[in-house]
Amino acid sequence: MSGIFHAAILFLVAAGLQVVFGVQRIFNLACGSFYALGAYVGVWAVSAFVQAGGPPPLFLVPLAAAGLLVGLVGWVVERGLLRFVYGRDETFQLLLTFALVLILEDAIRLTWGAAPQSTSGLYLTYGQVRLAGATIPVYNLIVIAASVAIALGIGWLLTRTAFGRIIRATADNREMAEALGVNMGRVYAKVFTLGTALGTLGGALVIPATAAMSEMGIELIVEAFAVVVIGGLGSMRGAFVGALVVGVLRAAAIALYPELEMILIYLIVIAVLVFRPRGLFGAAVA
Amino acid sequence: MRGRLVLAGAALALLTAPLVVPTYQILLLLPFMAYAVVLLGLNLLFGYTGLVSFGHALFIGIGAYAGAVLTTHLGIRHLEAILLVSAVAGGIVAALVGLLCVRYVKIYFGMLTLAFGMVFYTFLLKFYRLTGGDEGMRVLRPLLLGQEFSDFGKTAYLAGPYYYYCLAVLALAALGMWRIVRSPFGLCLRTIRDNPLKAEALGVSVTRYRWYAFVISGVYGAVGGALLGPPTGNVDPTLAYWTHSGNVVFMTLLGGFSHFWGPVLGAFVFIYLQDLVMSVVPYWRLVFGAILAFLVIVAPGGLMGLFTRWTAPAADAPRA
Repeated sequence: MSGIFHAAILFLVAAGLQVVFGVQRIFNLACGSFYALGAYVGVWAVSAFVQAGGPPPLFLVPLAAAGLLVGLVGWVVERGLLRFVYGRDETFQLLLTFALVLILEDAIRLTWGAAPQSTSGLYLTYGQVRLAGATIPVYNLIVIAASVAIALGIGWLLTRTAFGRIIRATADNREMAEALGVNMGRVYAKVFTLGTALGTLGGALVIPATAAMSEMGIELIVEAFAVVVIGGLGSMRGAFVGALVVGVLRAAAIALYPELEMILIYLIVIAVLVFRPRGLFGAAVA
Repeated sequence: MRGRLVLAGAALALLTAPLVVPTYQILLLLPFMAYAVVLLGLNLLFGYTGLVSFGHALFIGIGAYAGAVLTTHLGIRHLEAILLVSAVAGGIVAALVGLLCVRYVKIYFGMLTLAFGMVFYTFLLKFYRLTGGDEGMRVLRPLLLGQEFSDFGKTAYLAGPYYYYCLAVLALAALGMWRIVRSPFGLCLRTIRDNPLKAEALGVSVTRYRWYAFVISGVYGAVGGALLGPPTGNVDPTLAYWTHSGNVVFMTLLGGFSHFWGPVLGAFVFIYLQDLVMSVVPYWRLVFGAILAFLVIVAPGGLMGLFTRWTAPAADAPRA
């Protein structure tokens, strides 16, 4: 069950990675750093809320709001940096996101220090329930439900709205979409901001359960990377299934044979890349 | 001609450095030379073949841990033996990993190499009894050409004999790589980078040549990694972590991937700049991230790109 909680968080970050890759063809290494940023700002927002006398059961409100608002960093990054390299080789785009990883890691350390930050005691505010013999914090269930709701929301956004049609058209054929009058700069800025906000929200939602650490970003990115490879690059359904596979397998491996924890996942990633490079749900390799 | 003068000047400076430069600076040159060897190999993939590996720390880790295992567990302390074992181990692993990786290009190649690098990292981290886990392993002082140098203190040993040994390895590695990129084989790699379809049509087996390049670059990575261990006397799993792979790609870009000596210059500038920044503030990543972003956006040719823009384009620039 803790595996599913982890999968719910992973899905959010991986979905952010997918939407950006699907539309902009940029593999955003910094999505893990956005996740870390969301976590820190989440801690800060919740502590401020509690200190201002806010009732603890409502801490979810500032937490989610903080997570979503930090997503606006994505807009700054896209307009300030990324838009200069769209025409270039994807190597340079990858390296630019790596530059962001470096910058954000130290920016976090500079702002909040190197010590882990946590919201002590709020995790069990909503109590616990017993389900199939295991004790589960209600908070985990809330996050899982939120994650599923977001997955459905994204699905609705992509398939049922005008903006979703434009996104899919752009992902399909950028030049044609542009020729039909789509303002590419604006679409890219929105998509990147959406991707970032998913990552920062994931980071904010995880922190009642765990402490925020400056390394959490670069650690999570490799898991998110595993998720998108297993699920298929650019596919939302893939992100969902991939996150479940990685989250549950990791929890199972930790319970049964801890040494195998991540190795197992990388081996699956390699197997998927070798035998089915487009992943379980991906389109054909470009 | 001018290029040769600069090269001769640089070689002379490196040869005489231990006599004039403070020991601290000499100790900084040790990781520079180790990384320079790694980057010469990496650039055969990046600059000459057009494949960007995001898992090259795998080979650095193999070389570094080969040195640790040989000196502490097996009692073999000859550096020649360590380098040989590293090269063979790096070559074998690169041959196996490469078989799978070279079938893909661009982002998929980068991701697959990253995944393999992380497999090795996790192995180093989790199999505590074999590898020491996150504490890593000790690397004992190696014998150079069978000499113990027991009357040298640690710094005197590193700044003296070990320094010249590394310099010799770097010189040999550079000479070897120079011959490789100037050979018909090197020319084929460049053709593959610029136009794989045409290369295939001309009878060049694209995947096989990419595989050769990958293996050579793995051997260079492991040899360079083996040189990294002795100066600190310790190796740990972060050597194989994916951000380390990112850093070596960064060094290559910093120096300029489209020039033979670009990566070597990149390693030099990276090491010294990192030391300089860290002596002022501990947040070197912030500064370096900004530099990397600037390079990618404004000067993708790196430092060598800037130099050659001012002077005449060098004849051996692979992108020329």
